[in-house]
Amino acid sequence: MEYILMVISCVFVNNIILSQFLGICPFLGVSNKISTSLGRGVAVIFVMTLATLVTSLINTYVLVPLNLLFLQTIAFILVIAALVQMLEIILKKVSPSLYQALGIFLPLITTNCAVLGIAIAVTQKPEFSILDSTLYATSMAIGFTVAIVIFAGLREQLDFVKVPKAMRGVPIALITAGILSLAFMGFANLVK
Amino acid sequence: MSKMQILLKGIVKENPTFVLVLGMCPSLGVTTSAINGLGMGLATTFVLLMSNILISMLKNFIPDKVRIPAFIVVIATFVSIVDLLIQGFVPALAESLGLFIPLIVVNCIVLGRAEAFASKNGVVDSALDGIGMGLGFTCALTLIGLCREMLGTGSAFGYKFIAPAADGILVFVLAPGAFLVLGLLMALIRYLQKANK
Repeated sequence: MEYILMVISCVFVNNIILSQFLGICPFLGVSNKISTSLGRGVAVIFVMTLATLVTSLINTYVLVPLNLLFLQTIAFILVIAALVQMLEIILKKVSPSLYQALGIFLPLITTNCAVLGIAIAVTQKPEFSILDSTLYATSMAIGFTVAIVIFAGLREQLDFVKVPKAMRGVPIALITAGILSLAFMGFANLVK
Repeated sequence: MSKMQILLKGIVKENPTFVLVLGMCPSLGVTTSAINGLGMGLATTFVLLMSNILISMLKNFIPDKVRIPAFIVVIATFVSIVDLLIQGFVPALAESLGLFIPLIVVNCIVLGRAEAFASKNGVVDSALDGIGMGLGFTCALTLIGLCREMLGTGSAFGYKFIAPAADGILVFVLAPGAFLVLGLLMALIRYLQKANK
């Protein structure tokens, strides 16, 4: 029950994009097609779960015992970059079809601040076990996918609307995102 | 390009937030007040300046194939320094900026300038570019923060200018306000730039 509540809270109430502002760049970037956004979202779920699992293991068993917490940022970004690179190589060898579907999104994920953000955020929650952290990351990534898929649908429609010249492109996208975020605020008291 | 042009282009013509649309996460996440925006901007400026200087000095020693990981390590080092300094000297700011300080590592502006400018130019030019871009980012963040603070709580830099009992429009300090204010400001700046031409 506790875990179900955590998933709902992460996906809707504390949505990573619309209320935590992590991963805005891919959100505003090329999310014009629902199918591409879905592929991108699945890649993020995959990487974020794995990255958080590995970084929280490193944090608990290497950085904390050796008193090296000041190296956290450097260690995490290197681990994430290496992990993404490795994942790409393994995927290419093991499952070429999956690689075709997700491969193009993988290199971009290293610079996605959502991955590093969540990896650091879970280390600041002392009550989280490693299992909790991993599940938290997965649910946050699902929230990311939900948000970019909805947003891609909105932008598909937005292409047919007449917009004043100065508002075209990013400004109107930001305002649409603002209204979407307003809608997500309706979930605010869903989970206490 | 003269030294002055390098310094100034980041502030107006190539403003990282409003024109290049880089570093959107901190622009939205920390700008609940003008002070927070200013603090975040200055922290990023320091990282930009130092990483630009170091990378332009090391550019002949870093092999081309591993340049991105090397840049990231340099940037992450300076981010850790800033993080510890802020935690030590301004704990209140560390509290309100929270996660976004370590996230300067993945801010596209910093890596973008390292790759596009510092790895091709001399030390002095790179330092000026870092300061210019950093100040442009700081101005943008302070402006967004100021707008949101004024609309949301009726105060500017912490000083309340409406009746003490009155409230602002709360939604502007919450998440949706960030998107709306940034979208409208960006549209306004584009409009003014067009009108000036």
